[in-house]
Amino acid sequence: MTATEIGAPVRRKEDFRFITGKGQYTDDINRPGQSYAYFVRSPHAHATIKSIDATAARAVPGVLAVLTGDDLAADKVGGLICGWMIHNKDGSPMKAGAHPALAQGKVRYVGDHVAVVVAEDYATARDAAEKVVVDYGVLPAVVDMNEAVTGKTVIHDVAPDNRVYDWSLGDKAATDAAFAKAKHVTKLHIVNNRLVPNAMEPRAAVGDYDSGTEQFTLYTTSQNPHVARLVLSAFIGIAPEHKLRVIAPDVGGGFGSKIFIYAEETVCVWAAKKVGRPVKWTADRTEAFLSDAHGRDHVTDAELAMDEKGRILALRVKTKANLGAYLSTFSSSVPTYLYAPLLSGQYDIPAIYCEVDGIYTTTAPVDAYRGAGRPEATFVVERIVEVAARELGQDPTAFRRRNFVRKFPHQTPVIMMYDAGDYSASLDKALEMADYRNFGKRKRESARKGKLRGIGFSAYIEACGIAPSAAVGSLGAGVGLWESAEIRVNPVGTVEVLTGSHSHGQGHETTFAQLVSARLGVPIDQVSVVHGDTDKVQFGMGTYGSRSGAVGMSAISKALDKVVAKGKKVAAYVLEASADDIEFKDGRFQVAGTDKSLAFGEVALQAYIAHKFSGQELEPGLKEGAFYDPTNFTFPAGVHICELEIDPETGVTTIERWTAVDDFGHVINPMIVEGQVHGGIAQGVGQALLEGARYDANGQLVTASYMDYAMPRADDLPSFQVGTTVTPCPSNPLGIKGCGEAGAIAAPPAVINAITDALGHEDIAMPATPQAVWKACQKAARKMAAE
Amino acid sequence: MYAFNYVSPKTVRQAASALAKAADDGKLLAGGQTLLPTMKQRLASPGVLIDLAKVDGLSGIELKGRSLVIGAMTKHADVATSEVVKQAIPGLAALAGEIGDPAVRNRGTIGGSIANNDPAADYPAAALALNATIVTNKRKIPADQFFTGLFETALEPGEIVVKVSFPIPSRAAYAKFRNPASRYAMVGVFVAKRGGDVRVTVTGAGASGVFRAPALEEALKKRFSPKSLEGVTVPATGLNGDIHASADYRAHLIVVMAKRAVAAAIAK
Amino acid sequence: MASVSMTVNGKSVTGNVDPRTLLVQFLRENLRLTGTHVGCDTSQCGACVVHVDGRAVKSCTTLAVSCDGAHVTTIEGLANGTELHPMQAAFREHHGLQCGFCTPGMIMTAVDMVNRKGSNLDEHTIREELEGNICRCTGYHNIVKAVAAGAQAMASTGQKVAAE
Repeated sequence: MTATEIGAPVRRKEDFRFITGKGQYTDDINRPGQSYAYFVRSPHAHATIKSIDATAARAVPGVLAVLTGDDLAADKVGGLICGWMIHNKDGSPMKAGAHPALAQGKVRYVGDHVAVVVAEDYATARDAAEKVVVDYGVLPAVVDMNEAVTGKTVIHDVAPDNRVYDWSLGDKAATDAAFAKAKHVTKLHIVNNRLVPNAMEPRAAVGDYDSGTEQFTLYTTSQNPHVARLVLSAFIGIAPEHKLRVIAPDVGGGFGSKIFIYAEETVCVWAAKKVGRPVKWTADRTEAFLSDAHGRDHVTDAELAMDEKGRILALRVKTKANLGAYLSTFSSSVPTYLYAPLLSGQYDIPAIYCEVDGIYTTTAPVDAYRGAGRPEATFVVERIVEVAARELGQDPTAFRRRNFVRKFPHQTPVIMMYDAGDYSASLDKALEMADYRNFGKRKRESARKGKLRGIGFSAYIEACGIAPSAAVGSLGAGVGLWESAEIRVNPVGTVEVLTGSHSHGQGHETTFAQLVSARLGVPIDQVSVVHGDTDKVQFGMGTYGSRSGAVGMSAISKALDKVVAKGKKVAAYVLEASADDIEFKDGRFQVAGTDKSLAFGEVALQAYIAHKFSGQELEPGLKEGAFYDPTNFTFPAGVHICELEIDPETGVTTIERWTAVDDFGHVINPMIVEGQVHGGIAQGVGQALLEGARYDANGQLVTASYMDYAMPRADDLPSFQVGTTVTPCPSNPLGIKGCGEAGAIAAPPAVINAITDALGHEDIAMPATPQAVWKACQKAARKMAAE
Repeated sequence: MYAFNYVSPKTVRQAASALAKAADDGKLLAGGQTLLPTMKQRLASPGVLIDLAKVDGLSGIELKGRSLVIGAMTKHADVATSEVVKQAIPGLAALAGEIGDPAVRNRGTIGGSIANNDPAADYPAAALALNATIVTNKRKIPADQFFTGLFETALEPGEIVVKVSFPIPSRAAYAKFRNPASRYAMVGVFVAKRGGDVRVTVTGAGASGVFRAPALEEALKKRFSPKSLEGVTVPATGLNGDIHASADYRAHLIVVMAKRAVAAAIAK
Repeated sequence: MASVSMTVNGKSVTGNVDPRTLLVQFLRENLRLTGTHVGCDTSQCGACVVHVDGRAVKSCTTLAVSCDGAHVTTIEGLANGTELHPMQAAFREHHGLQCGFCTPGMIMTAVDMVNRKGSNLDEHTIREELEGNICRCTGYHNIVKAVAAGAQAMASTGQKVAAE
């Protein structure tokens, strides 16, 4: 077996355990003596807690403990945190209310955590939870953001008008000036619907405490176990970092929802010591709907200013972002720094001004969900650009092309410095693959069958990597966003790669091993990737924001450079040459210009036996680590084209063709990258056509199960045509940009642009359900009849 | 799920006696594809669950004269794939093949569906449109009298559905518009023509469960063709409205689905 | 408590369970066969699909006591030692999984699909037949490819469900 090439569609190393049922997800882990937690949750959106009587619950046989917010306070356990400080327009800090893991005095959304019952088994815990008597003083729910900002009902005393922040980005004066001289202004009101992430594995946690060593262990469904450990120790104060081990084993999807540090895992670790038994909690799907951080939920008014030829002069955006009842871990950054800096899209826009109000409501916290801010920005840009083109009577592709950024690097007016790209190339390729030329013919064929056919475009850009650390720190991030890697070469030449990235479906065990195999010339089956355990990997920032390729693999690459450099030194001693004369190629260290060489494995062995050099000259062993902090964000971009057919009789929309052309820079494993694109598109189509979390006026979540929250299923979707273009990313050693979120970012405006194209009018809200489309068809028909 | 006692009788008589003994606290388990999720969500809490799975003689499909007789515990998958059903009432086989998903069809039963009378269930539409007779351990109940309201039937305490007898129509078909989330019928329309009589029944849409649509029936009696339904409307009053579909939209879909069902019935 | 006996992946097993124990709980907790997963409470997602007496069922919507005397096959019983079932192999070959959580249910559903519908499955049929299995990662594109290929491979190896 030989080394694996970069760019080869290597089949996944991790698949064997998953397809044979041998995966080890958190709920598959059982600790000796394990007990089970069930949370008493608020049935009210907003209420004071007058009293909690757990007497009857504690009397249920098998119940080990009933714990409340008072117990947390008595143990001085701190509240959950939001790790990104946003400042208001006037420079003052945002207003963040306290977020105890178990409510203290007040509940603020349906599903809020009131108490936990720990029992011998799950059924007993759940039965007993119903016997916990909570006396609530019910307060009005505040679901609507416009109502919230009136301050009639205050959710957190610290924010009297329920406004967490009023924030802005960009040059207001320059933007207003550009609007003043515009020949045409397009205006659009946009609702970016609230979504529930719905990783198929519900969240779960097992807390364990060893009283002999005073060591805590938390098994949890996390995308970033080190960040979880940091927050649980440094801020919540459960245990010092060196006494807390966090393990994120196989994790069944995350999409952002498993980045955050939630009440449940906090309580499980704490309760494990309190009860003296391991404590397991596994969410059921309804709990997931109620208490996983939701995504999106923006209301935006956008205006685009253009000159007489349709050149964009400026963009003005005002957004209200629903943050829910508490600030989740990274929630404050999503509608601000992950959103507004993307409002330039792929376009050369001289002036942009964006204002964002972050608002508390009595709903579940809202935080990052696949794309996190970037889908919201892309939806604003790609919808308004499409509408503008239609208003000006221009072909939407020509309008986009006219305004594309063409020269790189390109500094936008909203922080970002685009480093590389070729937007026309992606558009050209996509148009070709989508057979745009013959769209008119297909539309006429549909019309003959009584169907309405439409085509919609989305020329998206996103920013991945979220770095450099110093830059995000200056914007308010509480952490650095670098990544770490360690390469441990064993004496026999096999390799362990320890990474701070975390795979929950992305295939790191394959892609990362592929990189190492290609670089070291070691067969891929002799490379193993270790992640998700704070005792094994020293520190890492985890996986989100499409960062594991661009940042995580760059750290690996940097560590590999060090391994090769050290290997050269070892080889030099063995081959009796100067290290400068040693070349490393195809898995061999060779003295330049000679036939003297050593295989990688031989050098590894020599490094460990250390017979040929003294420890004073060179340390034995072959193990190198690296921390990689990027110099810029990365900027994946591309064009997605959605072609669909509407049955005006029922309002049913059928996607007939999906074309995606993405520029992810260099690609290590195209099979995995395509899979990421497929999944992202499905989630984006889900947002556009199916999904929407809905609260009623009392703050009850109406869509709290798959009976009412429409998940995309196989028969809702077509197969996708996926292609790529390549402009390598100049800011990292591998030229990688990131691919995990592209589909979810690109897809929603492509769908809505296609529907509005088919219907011949300008707006429809997401999700464009059959009912919504049918109503729009009726409206269009009435309009036509009137004309 | 709350705790319950489980019994697994071998005969209808044993089942009936267990049911009588449990009085109001007993529930029959007939596949459980609706009951078990309801119990899991703690919305139902029977003290005794009487599993009909091992009761003799409750499954099977046979032709009896001009009727198709299906045992109460016959699974949807078996009705969907039965050559006998496909020959006799292809629209009924097709309906069974659209209930839930393949795994649900492997456990859910016709008797369970009819006795539960979920407002979004498919079988009640067929039973009512085909004027089926529901045979219990005590009597025979015409479908017209069987479905009495939301989750309500004419079944008395201790009464167990044994089989359902469908008179064979000349033409019949079902058209279903699925709820985008649950995939249950948001509107399901069954049309059946037998001699000069036409019945059109609607499930998924009615606030009180399955119902007949007289306006559509009258129009189709004149001529059994989708064209006969052009311009015919169904009033929205008494229809469900929810986040997925308003009563108006459901009313509209009833006519559209009726047209499609008639077209399918003619094509067969 | 109620006593229950069944054959799981070819082995006889017995247990004493609370009647409210679901088949999936019996498999996961009593037998420690954790390949069968729970992804929802409403019988929609299909992560829990196993075969009972040769037919795919949702083990989260089936009581363990109802399976007394039944033959149950789970994802753990599909491969013949290290030799994968053709459907498992097809999921790997066609990248029909990402996080792997829905995968056991998908594969069990796919095998059942082939047993019922034969090995020549078109895309439309596969998508309709997957109605009861939700995947959040793959967008289904590669699952559909995997099922089609797995079906063909099952035909060429003459294989139905293993271990029955």
